[in-house]
Amino acid sequence: MIFLQLFFTFFKIGAFTFGGGYAMLPLIQQEVLSHGWMDLEQLVNFVAVSESTPGPLAVNLSTYVGAETGGLPGALCATVGVVLPSFVIILLVAKFYEAFQQNPIVKGCMNGLRPTVVGMIAASLLSVGASAFPASGGMVQWGLAAVLLGGVVLAHWKKVHPILLILGAAVVGICAGYAGLLPGV
Amino acid sequence: MELTKWGRCLTLFLKFCKIGAFTFGGGYAMIPLIRREIALREGWIEDKDLLDILAVSESTPGPIAVNTATFVGYRVAGRLGAAVATVGVVLPSFLIIFALSFVLRQFEDLAAVRYAFWGIRVAVVALVLGALVSMARQCPWNVVSCVLAAGAFVLVGFFGANSILVLVACALIGLGASRWKVGGMKL
Repeated sequence: MIFLQLFFTFFKIGAFTFGGGYAMLPLIQQEVLSHGWMDLEQLVNFVAVSESTPGPLAVNLSTYVGAETGGLPGALCATVGVVLPSFVIILLVAKFYEAFQQNPIVKGCMNGLRPTVVGMIAASLLSVGASAFPASGGMVQWGLAAVLLGGVVLAHWKKVHPILLILGAAVVGICAGYAGLLPGV
Repeated sequence: MELTKWGRCLTLFLKFCKIGAFTFGGGYAMIPLIRREIALREGWIEDKDLLDILAVSESTPGPIAVNTATFVGYRVAGRLGAAVATVGVVLPSFLIIFALSFVLRQFEDLAAVRYAFWGIRVAVVALVLGALVSMARQCPWNVVSCVLAAGAFVLVGFFGANSILVLVACALIGLGASRWKVGGMKL
């Protein structure tokens, strides 16, 4: 039953993501690829779409995976699934939040979770990198991607808005494509 | 002006719809909007509450934007408030993405779209890299946290280990190390 599967998968993802948006990427990637719901390239494309549309990245990604896999009911199941754990946990915590923040067990777990999330985002950077530099690419394409990446990293560091970065990269892609530099794409 | 509970909830819902519809990038980008709409205009919460709310949203699982909305809604109008704020913040994204998923399917085979996404995937590498750097900056580094980060990277990146198991294990290691103050960890 695809809808139950979507709901429980995204419930799990919602319950185990600490730090929002990009921290969710490694989990979504693992689940979506192992279920065969989307391929890596589609997922990475959609990270960019989620970043350029309003709303929380995590919610956008869940809605999209749900819609691609199971239409409107799929989108609903995935979105409700990803939101529900937060909702319940915040309701529980909201009443006692000072005690929660000062709790040594919570603090200790967070001490372990923060670096782990950093390590896991680094891991998903590997696969996102593989989708931008595919093995089938060839020297010209890789070189072009490397130059583009350098430019985008620099612009990102200079605080250019992410949507502008994505639009700029899209324009470069279109120009390179029509100039015949991206044969396999 | 004293609103009834239902009036408050309706206002909360509309405010969070607006916040959801005008926040790009999620979580932190939402804070200034919440501050303007809920704290300054309505005076329902104070600036200092906002910091507490953000701290809790960061240390509980789930999307930061959703956590923040639920928490603010709860502070303003109890459980019903939490529910309407959460639905409000999610609804615009949901509708936009749902509509967009059809549009994307129609055009994903066009050459121009494929070329554009080739470039966009390169940009996503930079965005993920940016997220990595900013999260690494917020993380207190010591022997144990370095080992955990490196361990999670290798296990998930190279051995395809289950992310949830890795998270649970690392939370427990962090808890243990903080308790007994091993390798520079402290509470």
